[in-house]
Amino acid sequence: MHFYLPIAEMSVNIFLILGMGGGIGFLSGLFGVGGGFLMTPLLIFIGVPAPVAVGTEANQIVASSVSGVIAHWRRGNVDFKMGGVLLAGGFIGSSAGVVLFKFLQGLGQIDLTIKLCYLIFLGIIGGLMFAESARTIIRSKSVSATRGKLHQHNWLHGLPFKMRFRRSKLYISALLPLMVGAGVGVLSALMGVGGGFIMVPAMIYLLGMPTSVVIGTSLFQIIFVTANVTFLQAVTTQTVDVPLALLLLVGAVIGAQFGSKYSVRLKGEQLRILLSVMVLAVCAKIGYDLIVTPADLYSIAPLVAH
Amino acid sequence: MKANPTALLLLIVAFVSCAGSTARGQALVADLSNHHVAITTGFTGTDVLLFGAVEGKGDIVVVITGPPETVVVRNKQRIAGIWINAESVKFEGVPNFYAVASSRPLDEITSPDILETQQIGPQNVATTTGADDRARPAKEIEQFRAALIRNKQRSGLYSVEPEHIGIVSDRLFRTQIRFPSNMATGNYTAVVYLFRKGEAVQAVSTPILVEKVGIGAEIYSFAHNQSALYGIAAIVIAVFAGWLGGVIFRKV
Repeated sequence: MHFYLPIAEMSVNIFLILGMGGGIGFLSGLFGVGGGFLMTPLLIFIGVPAPVAVGTEANQIVASSVSGVIAHWRRGNVDFKMGGVLLAGGFIGSSAGVVLFKFLQGLGQIDLTIKLCYLIFLGIIGGLMFAESARTIIRSKSVSATRGKLHQHNWLHGLPFKMRFRRSKLYISALLPLMVGAGVGVLSALMGVGGGFIMVPAMIYLLGMPTSVVIGTSLFQIIFVTANVTFLQAVTTQTVDVPLALLLLVGAVIGAQFGSKYSVRLKGEQLRILLSVMVLAVCAKIGYDLIVTPADLYSIAPLVAH
Repeated sequence: MKANPTALLLLIVAFVSCAGSTARGQALVADLSNHHVAITTGFTGTDVLLFGAVEGKGDIVVVITGPPETVVVRNKQRIAGIWINAESVKFEGVPNFYAVASSRPLDEITSPDILETQQIGPQNVATTTGADDRARPAKEIEQFRAALIRNKQRSGLYSVEPEHIGIVSDRLFRTQIRFPSNMATGNYTAVVYLFRKGEAVQAVSTPILVEKVGIGAEIYSFAHNQSALYGIAAIVIAVFAGWLGGVIFRKV
């Protein structure tokens, strides 16, 4: 059964989109990540124009983060104060990111930028996660050893505007989460991701937040950052395809149920090493495509007004 | 750069109508099964039947052109090991869609010069080089132009080989025109040429309107005309859908 997407202006098979949503939803339920970093490249792969993939995926992440945060909220695992500060940074970052997106689109470098962002960030995160979880598996010890890294960031604790975050048991400069939020916000706009895969490690290793509140807090702020991206993309580039986002969502909600049920059967470090392998595989594929000589050195695109 | 197709067409029609008794009257008539292509939510492309009648022997060539658009053609170059878009050339008035059908292979019907002046065949599609790029060497522009046509052909918007037109007892002809699902909306034109001894002796033109209809059309115009409101609606829908998903999730 086919469905004509009004914004992407193409016909897609409904079951393919539902299946993609289901598959990514399963993985996001399994690993506790949003899955935007997998979905956006996949959408581009099936022929959705890159700007539409990015704008639509932001819209879908709004929905999946809302359903994710409900569960964490109930358990009290959301640090609203920390979320608010991250969010302030996120608004600044994502707004700047959307402007940057439109500028790069006009230059013809948006595809390259999206791919390079994926390459760099998936490479770093995947590599770090792989090394960390491999070490844990080999030593069969707890992760507490890696937490020692935090003390290197002594200068960070010297920054002004100190703030107490009770839920996270932290007394740090507000500038730190503000910067983290802004950085991830830029990436959200450019890559069509919630940024959870960058935000979560940044919260643990950079801010030193306890793992229990990390997921809920990051989901909480992702809702608002991706909502901001959705709104700004809708206004500046008109690339948010709501029917596509809804189709993806239906699959993702169902898939996530199975994923989270299945995740109980695996150990934390096993999950992390699997996730890191997957992240590195996506990274390798994108890197390969950038290096290998394209079949046609010329490409065409409709003119985008500056 | 090529001449304006409608002006050429008028010239042909004027020439033909003055050409005397054989072409006078209706030597060539043609029509479409459908002048209105509606892109609905279930749209996967469509076929339009073009049919007509001709008096006496001759070859029929049909050219369908889509609405004009401005296209940027970019050339990738390897910089620091990776392929990056470097040079670009803008082309204006490029038909979004171009299809051709003929009763015999085009090179058997007429000369390359006539094909070029009449803009028959994907290689002869009229384009105007953007104002900023006109100073470039002609050879370079030609490379970009060829790449434009090649890319259009790859995306299925320009035909590669002419479709076949069947002619029954030198009188009735018909051909099926395939419109892909990724076609643009707007005004299309089908021009039917009658060739005799390598000359275009008559041409008739008929319009086709392609537009989105139904819910898809409404979503599109909402997104483009009231984009701020559309953005807010997108967020509200997503929040509601996510909340609904969360509620169902808890029950299971």
